[in-house]
Amino acid sequence: MANRGGDEELKLVEIAHSRAGDKGNILSLSLIPYKEKDYERLCQNVTPAAVKDHLKDIVKGEVIRYELPNIKALNFVCYQSLLGGVTTSLAMDTHGKTLSSALLEMKID
Amino acid sequence: MLKIGSGAGFSGDRIEPAELLLEHANLDYLVLECLAERTIALAQQRKLHDEKAGYDPLLEKRMRSLLPLLIENDVRLITNMGAANPIAAAEKTLEIAKELNLSCKVAAVTGDDVLNQIDLNSVPWEANHSISQFEPIISANAYLGIDAIIPALNSDANIIITGRVADPSLFLAPQVYHFGWSKEDYPKLGQGLITGHLLECSSQISGGYFSDTHKKEVPDLVNIGFPYATIAADGRAVISKVEGTGGLIDLRTVKEQLLYEIHDPTNYITPDVIADLSTVQIREIGKNQVEIMNGTGRERPKSLKVSVGYHAGYLGEGEISYAGSYALERAELAGEILKERLLMHFPDLRIDYIGLSSVHRTNFGNATIPYEIRLRAAGYHNSKQTAGLIGEEVEALYLNGPAAGGGARKKITESIGVLSTLIEREQVQPEVYIKEWLTGEAMKN
Repeated sequence: MANRGGDEELKLVEIAHSRAGDKGNILSLSLIPYKEKDYERLCQNVTPAAVKDHLKDIVKGEVIRYELPNIKALNFVCYQSLLGGVTTSLAMDTHGKTLSSALLEMKID
Repeated sequence: MLKIGSGAGFSGDRIEPAELLLEHANLDYLVLECLAERTIALAQQRKLHDEKAGYDPLLEKRMRSLLPLLIENDVRLITNMGAANPIAAAEKTLEIAKELNLSCKVAAVTGDDVLNQIDLNSVPWEANHSISQFEPIISANAYLGIDAIIPALNSDANIIITGRVADPSLFLAPQVYHFGWSKEDYPKLGQGLITGHLLECSSQISGGYFSDTHKKEVPDLVNIGFPYATIAADGRAVISKVEGTGGLIDLRTVKEQLLYEIHDPTNYITPDVIADLSTVQIREIGKNQVEIMNGTGRERPKSLKVSVGYHAGYLGEGEISYAGSYALERAELAGEILKERLLMHFPDLRIDYIGLSSVHRTNFGNATIPYEIRLRAAGYHNSKQTAGLIGEEVEALYLNGPAAGGGARKKITESIGVLSTLIEREQVQPEVYIKEWLTGEAMKN
């Protein structure tokens, strides 16, 4: 094993879970570490800019990150992300409900 | 202690878990949240054709199975199954009560229909031009709050049926009524509203929509139990489910649901309070028991949100499968043919290759060519007939496209668009309509 604990690149899916929500054309994504000690690591690595870059094929607008240290969780709000929104989108997943899985594909150091 | 159960989190939700809650959870209230954003516009269209229609299509089925248990266990029901026609829903419910020989008092809450009051020249949140340009407008419904529901609770109606109400307000109203909280006690209203937000999607907090089969395993999803809250006079709530049911309630399921569809956690705007989640504390106090406390809130907004439904044309779709060697190449060839045959009618025509990148519009570099590919074409048009061309051209690929396509399907869906705007609170006048049916036996007493 070339990788050493804590230093390897890993997918968010290994350390965190997420649920997606939709309001019109706005996507919200929670990001919750399984272990509360990983909260700081997520705060440092999963910046709004990093999320915007990772989801560049999906998110066309701004990404805002809200921190909830009280429950050790992050909440991302992504504008212009649902092809117009559930009511008129041509997408397969009009709500964007599967996009939590897209966020968890992101790799961090 | 007040016990409120969540018996439905969307219009198509399962019915058995609500029955189990009524039989085993010793509830005071059962809430059924059944109204999605577009549902009311669709219901309004049904009401235009038939003045006795326009309520939730599953109302009759739910009432037939739940009414006997509600009456027997003395549980009051609060539901937004009235959709575009709460009064017709109440009449139908009484009709069922008569048939089942159950004494029953039903209250219908109206006033959310503001189609005649909204300013069509105002600009909705979703666009840069006025609402009037989104013709034809089908419906406009204000999100009512506890002010509309509490008068119905003040009657001794067993069943309270509303139209459009903010989802968590369905749960906040019985808390305010039961504990006598002041409508200016915003910290308590905030905490109570957050409890409602946690419950409003039924099993999304008790292990539904959660299992990843990997790190988040959920026991016995087949028999998943729906949640209920045991609430103290200060608003502190414990979320749990009926013992022996499937599913899971722990910090992880509660955190996911707490943030579900939330934007700024300090600024969760509802008709009753601007709730603040940033102070919430949660802890596991037993198996499948999570305590929620310390949520708070600020003064309610002066205006109410209105959802405006308009006819947005027709969605035409077609699908066809290819398999075996060169399946993707043949699907792509079919996609190119469709584009050339359809682009003149559908400049935004969408072609998806299901199995590769159709859901996320990318695969993050994880692409492996699957054995089979399903092509999907989709586009909007104002004309139903033109929208149908997409399915027709996909079907025509049988004889006029690449080799060995199969399983073609075509579909046309009428599309309802939704716009959001605001209305002054004073312009909205909620009313309660009450009607009772007593069995012969009850009348003698």
